[in-house]
Amino acid sequence: MTCAVEVRDVRRVFRTHAGMLAPERVVRAVDGVSFALPAGHVLGIVGESGCGKSTLARMILGLLPISEGEILVDGRSLAAMDRRERARLIQPVFQDPFSSLNPRQRVRDIVALPLAAQGNISGRQQRDQVMEMLARVGISAEIADRLPAQLSGGQRQRVAIARALVLHPRIVVCDEPTSALDVSVQAQILNLLAELRRDLRLTYLFISHNLAVVEHIATEVAVMYLGRFVERAPVDELFRDPRHPYTRALLSSVLTPEPGNGIPDVGLGETYPDPANIPPGCRFHPRCPVALNRCRTQAPDNIVTHGRLTECLLAEGAQGTR
Amino acid sequence: MSPVLEAGNLRVTFGTSVAAVRGVSLTMNRGETHCLVGESGCGKSVTALAIMGLLSRTAHRSADILRFHDYDLTRLSERGMARLRGDRIAMIFQEPMTSLNPAYTVGSQMAEVFQRHRRVSRATALDRAAELLQRVGITAPGLRLKQYPHQLSGGLRQRVMISMALMCEPELLIADEPTTALDVTVQAQILRLLQNLQRELGLSLLLITHDLGIVARMADRVSVMYAGEIVESAPAGALFAAPTHPYTRGLLRCIPVPRQVRRDEPLGSIPGVVPRIAPDFVGCSFRDRCAQAMPDCARHVPRQRATIDHDYLCRLPTDWTRAEAA
Amino acid sequence: MKHAATSLGALIVFAVLLAAVVAPLVAPHDPFVQDLNQRLVPPEWMDGGSAVHPFGTDQLGRDYLSRLLYGARISMMIGIFTVVTSGLIGITLGVFGGYFGGKIDEVVMFIITCRLSIPLILVALTVVALIGSSLLVVILTLGLLLWERFAVVSRTTTMQVRNLDYIAAAQAAGASRRHILLREVLPNILTPLVVVATLEMALAILLEAALSFLGLGVPPPLPSWGLMIAEGKDYMFFSPWVIMIPGIALFVLVLGINLLGDGLRDLLGAARPT
Repeated sequence: MTCAVEVRDVRRVFRTHAGMLAPERVVRAVDGVSFALPAGHVLGIVGESGCGKSTLARMILGLLPISEGEILVDGRSLAAMDRRERARLIQPVFQDPFSSLNPRQRVRDIVALPLAAQGNISGRQQRDQVMEMLARVGISAEIADRLPAQLSGGQRQRVAIARALVLHPRIVVCDEPTSALDVSVQAQILNLLAELRRDLRLTYLFISHNLAVVEHIATEVAVMYLGRFVERAPVDELFRDPRHPYTRALLSSVLTPEPGNGIPDVGLGETYPDPANIPPGCRFHPRCPVALNRCRTQAPDNIVTHGRLTECLLAEGAQGTR
Repeated sequence: MSPVLEAGNLRVTFGTSVAAVRGVSLTMNRGETHCLVGESGCGKSVTALAIMGLLSRTAHRSADILRFHDYDLTRLSERGMARLRGDRIAMIFQEPMTSLNPAYTVGSQMAEVFQRHRRVSRATALDRAAELLQRVGITAPGLRLKQYPHQLSGGLRQRVMISMALMCEPELLIADEPTTALDVTVQAQILRLLQNLQRELGLSLLLITHDLGIVARMADRVSVMYAGEIVESAPAGALFAAPTHPYTRGLLRCIPVPRQVRRDEPLGSIPGVVPRIAPDFVGCSFRDRCAQAMPDCARHVPRQRATIDHDYLCRLPTDWTRAEAA
Repeated sequence: MKHAATSLGALIVFAVLLAAVVAPLVAPHDPFVQDLNQRLVPPEWMDGGSAVHPFGTDQLGRDYLSRLLYGARISMMIGIFTVVTSGLIGITLGVFGGYFGGKIDEVVMFIITCRLSIPLILVALTVVALIGSSLLVVILTLGLLLWERFAVVSRTTTMQVRNLDYIAAAQAAGASRRHILLREVLPNILTPLVVVATLEMALAILLEAALSFLGLGVPPPLPSWGLMIAEGKDYMFFSPWVIMIPGIALFVLVLGINLLGDGLRDLLGAARPT
């Protein structure tokens, strides 16, 4: 069976000059990510700002060239596809519905864009499909003639989802689709995404910094740190038995609404990660509460056991574990 | 003991069409953390700015009571208010990059705050700044004092903002979404720091947030705001154990909680959107989104007491929640 | 107040445009016919003026009102066609540089820098002196020179817009570059460009007047306002209206365009969703 998305050792490097005389800054935003996502699954990718999750998403969408590696969508190389073919397979939903909709276009034209770009769909067909998809995401017909500025945040995100689904793609890349929304609206959108996935048999790549949201929607979760997946596991296992110290820190820093528990000590210290300056050895060692001496020099292998990946020298199955 | 801050029937309107804050009353005691929680546009930030006297010129503020210790803030002159701000009342904002001046070093900004309120030398002020940076967990204060805000990461900048707010040992600290722009691990570190500082210094903390997780972990007392009103106010334990206002209950159902997620069921959600409230609005502002709404909700809404220190703004009797649960 | 100023500006521009369009219909005389018996007749409201020549006549006895009305045609043509030419050049360069970035942007920046190093008036003078002056030459010369502000403004605004998610969404939707540039980018950078257009229009009109004054603009006997001032300058001590009337017309038109530009900026800015 071919996977919906297969990513093979993908890397992305950005080179920037701060000035004529300043040394070149080499940012390794994505530094060797591999995974295969079967159709119908939802891979949640969690990580903090600057971990490379959005860069990875843009590469998978074909919006950003890859420095190294290969991405296959539906078994075929993304690089070999033309824009129309790619658009039929994979579509995005972005974080901020205030910037993801063209403020000068009406809702119906925004949603019709992917159809119009195909070049062989009649105007009448486009109209019918747009209205059908808008109805499906809970946008009534009279809203179709409005401009984005006249919609609420939740309505805008519904419009963005309708645009992503109007071509009936197989894969949807959701980049923080609910982080800009209020909690009550976030729940509506999450429920909608879950319902659409079931009904349309979609595959999601769901990127978020919110672990609870990911747990709600994902079937498997990858934790990203400084450009690499440091842990990947089926969702239940990751939440029940997190193995990488960074995953444990992330989980313990989620503030559940349980009064009286106080603020947990995540134990990560004052160093913050910088993708332009990735530490030698294990890239997490400067912040790791359980780092050993050899973590400073020895980079951990990609250890895959029973469908789980953990990139830590101290993880079970690693060379010379405990 | 007299309260640190007391507000009664605080109102803020913008022009004639928008009522942002509609009769907010709250009392803060020494050493207490009071959380003002609500979704965007509910008026929580405007409430904070109204207390600080930092509203824009287009806003109109009125209040029956607005007291800080013995100062009547409704009558205090702009100069008098400026003397309190940064000295006895301090504020930290969501995005530290916009509230720090990019043209000055961290040290000179921190020293300037101190020198504005105390007659001390520059050197003394810088010593104090270094001491406070250390206090908020910054390991190389000497280096940081010489740096410019853009040279610091988000987490460090927020630590700098906090230490700057603490320069003059304020009694009241107002924090408006202080960790919303930060990553979760850094958020936990910053909140833990705030909590420790607050206990050690006996600060009163007015914490404004949209995040019920933060509220649960930080608050002594919680006020839930909706459309410019406090719809429910209670000690944190009581609020989470027995939420009474339909909006509070709806909001709590919307939050996915790790390890308690039921993936086969949809999350709870509140239909509809927050209405725009004109100054002459009458009745319950939540009625259009409320499953329990009845015709009477379009008229005056009473503020009821569930217990001695737990009140809510709704017609429903306190025990209605049992009917809902059943 | 702001509103009134904008309306005034729009009114002035509209009035001049109307005058330009209907000049042949309303002009009392042929603007080119000389009457050496009627030289330097003062306007109607001055001593010695007559209702036959409401704005008087010039040194060759041509009717001044008629020349003024026909002059509006020249000014508006210069303003509009120069802005169209320079806008096309500048916006194309700016949008390409801003959207594609990298090497293309470096080339665009280099072209802009070169343009900025050219002394505008001197080059215009040289070109006109070499090729000879005609209306078309003036329009093309100004059009080929006055695009740098269009380029700079459209480049920076395009750079801001191109990082917004709706551009990424359009790319992911399979839209062509043409569609993205014309339908997604262009409509969202138009507001500042409208303001630039008004500034450039006013500048072009003033430059044409200056060139004509120096004898290198539109050739006589075309009734350009700048040329009218130039031709009148020898008589200005005894017949001041010959430079006052075209001078005021020029001032009022340029003021009107600038008021309209300011107003449009506020109006379009407010209408633009945040």
